[in-house]
Amino acid sequence: MFGDYSLGDLGSIFVMQGFAGLILFSVYVLMALGLAIIFGQMGVINMAHGEFMILGAYVTWMTSNLFQAYLPSLFSGYFFLAMILAFVASGALGMLVEWALIRHLYKRPLDTLLATWGLSLMLQQAYRSVFGAREVGVELPQWMLGSLHVTDSIEVPINGVFVMCLTVLITISVAYVLYMSRWGRQVRAVVQNRIMAGAVGINTEKVDRYTFGLGCGIAGIAGSAFTMIGSTGPTSGQLYIVDTFLVVVFGGAASLLGTIASAFSISQTQSTLEFFMSGSMAKVLTLLAVVGILMLRPQGLFALKVRK
Amino acid sequence: MSDEANKGLLSPLRRKLLMGMAAVPAMTMLPRASFAQAPATSAVNTTGLAVTDTEVTVGILHSATGTMAISETGSIEAEKLAIEQINAAGGVLGRKIKFIQEDGASDWPTFAEKAKKLLVNDKVAAIMGCWTSASRKAVLPVVEQYNGMLYYPTFYEGLEQSKNVIYTGQEATQQILAGLNWIAKEKGAKSFFFIGSDYIWPRTSNKIARKHVENVLKGKVVGEEYYPLGNTQFNSVINKIKLTKPDVIFTDVVGGSNVAFYKQLKAAGIDLSKQALLTISVTEDEIDGIGGENIAGAYACMKYFQSLDNPNNKAFVPAFKKMWGEKTVIGDVTQAAYLGPWLWKLTVEKAGSFDVDKIAAASPGVEFKGAPEGYVRIHENHHLWSKTRVGRAKLDGQFELIYETADLVEPDPFPKGYQ
Repeated sequence: MFGDYSLGDLGSIFVMQGFAGLILFSVYVLMALGLAIIFGQMGVINMAHGEFMILGAYVTWMTSNLFQAYLPSLFSGYFFLAMILAFVASGALGMLVEWALIRHLYKRPLDTLLATWGLSLMLQQAYRSVFGAREVGVELPQWMLGSLHVTDSIEVPINGVFVMCLTVLITISVAYVLYMSRWGRQVRAVVQNRIMAGAVGINTEKVDRYTFGLGCGIAGIAGSAFTMIGSTGPTSGQLYIVDTFLVVVFGGAASLLGTIASAFSISQTQSTLEFFMSGSMAKVLTLLAVVGILMLRPQGLFALKVRK
Repeated sequence: MSDEANKGLLSPLRRKLLMGMAAVPAMTMLPRASFAQAPATSAVNTTGLAVTDTEVTVGILHSATGTMAISETGSIEAEKLAIEQINAAGGVLGRKIKFIQEDGASDWPTFAEKAKKLLVNDKVAAIMGCWTSASRKAVLPVVEQYNGMLYYPTFYEGLEQSKNVIYTGQEATQQILAGLNWIAKEKGAKSFFFIGSDYIWPRTSNKIARKHVENVLKGKVVGEEYYPLGNTQFNSVINKIKLTKPDVIFTDVVGGSNVAFYKQLKAAGIDLSKQALLTISVTEDEIDGIGGENIAGAYACMKYFQSLDNPNNKAFVPAFKKMWGEKTVIGDVTQAAYLGPWLWKLTVEKAGSFDVDKIAAASPGVEFKGAPEGYVRIHENHHLWSKTRVGRAKLDGQFELIYETADLVEPDPFPKGYQ
């Protein structure tokens, strides 16, 4: 297939394809981070993850409308405020859900699957009733559209770069919070042994609530960022849920590094395959590879060594 | 509507046009006359349908919940508007239309079950409904078994024809061929890149498009790509497009993927004012989600655009907005759904009966002069004769009409040489 193209063409396509892979990688990490915390650290199978993302997207949409109506002069910067609001809204909803639903199910992890799936249906219908069944278009400030013109044939999408920077920032923050801070130590203590953690004076209920809230809040930020590259509608969250679980499970639950490694390998495989064959076939082959590797390593790429 | 009529009185030419085409005001008088002499129920309903001396019941069967609610909401709205307008104009054979709305919930077995409920329990005289081909395929055996009448609004892949279905949208050749001819002539396009969602409609449509490009236009298809429904990452295929530099990108990506595709196309620096793109899957409804700034300059091949400049449409658009809100937009399928109740009414009046067999037999040749898209007529194969139009997307989310076929295009659900 390369016979007809000049070397320069191929070079620039190679560079851009590299970027495409990196962008896909960032997208995967961003959408999986929240779930990695909730599923990985707490063992809750959160099927409503996509709906928490879409809440973030709707918050972004509302913020953009508010700025257009009342503060048009500050419109170019609204996105940053929108992401913070998305984090707060999804996080708050997450804490509410944890209090009302999830905390009763910690001893029955499989039931969380059913409960959160029901929650996702309820949230979808709620969005449909509140925001309407049709998709909404989120208007972006001018500087976030278009591409950086590197050379005549190499163009890098600005929103892709934005998502990459955001992903790096959030990953570092999450890693810091989980592995460096006092609260992170409490979270990990609760994950490893809830009863002992309680015995040494950690308020496990509070830790659970904030952990779940943090996971959902990050999902909200992801949803907010994805308004740049995807659709915002009541059921848009469903578009992300399969890939998200794939990344987290493949990486090995309870491991942040695993999530990143898995996102990287899946995104690179997929984006390379997509270039050489049709999108559907690329997806099939990627999934086959993932299934094959999971058969050999059921615990995922990286797993905590636990004495069984 | 009354505004239009008044304007018509001022200008003789306009008036002539209105009398000829906008049958809506004219219809106000016709059925009123027949109201006085509404035929006896026993004469117009010999098969036990839900018809009384004053009322007739029809069913509306779309997804009001689930993934497809995004698309089907517009169809529900259009059908309710048409029914309200028909009732305001005196109803059908002197009877008011009452509707029972059922929710297919984006689930195909549910569609079949609800269709059966409408036909068996409610004995509806006709069903306005379905949207995806999958839902139609699920409902088809039911309407055939219980001998119902289905008015199906969506443009679809063809390869189907039933006594019990009237297809008010375009089948694939009606939608695609004229558009390809136009862009080949207008842009001198020789190379095409196809990209679609991976299911029956895009695959069948692209098959027809490929045959047409290769055999008729003597052009070349430089790429044909399919992505799973709901895919949100298109950067790789966009790179392929950049590498192959096609004259035209021809797309039938649907749903949420559509939004992702155009946003990423724009972000990758593909300027649709320079790179020709022809889509058969984006209407005003989809642009709401995509954002006008992301798709401005793209060409869409449809039979209806909200911006069409004809008296019927100028009455239809304000009536729709009055009923459903100033911000609603009207896409191709919404308009096709609006045709359903009107065509049924006209057919019932032509047949002089609500009986399904008589309606099926009377359907060919039924004309609707008040269609917002202009004039339409039912073909022997139960599809519509209609024009193919090409519009260019604008920043405000509307289309500017660029081209329309001079004549109505014949529906051909089983195209020879394209299979």
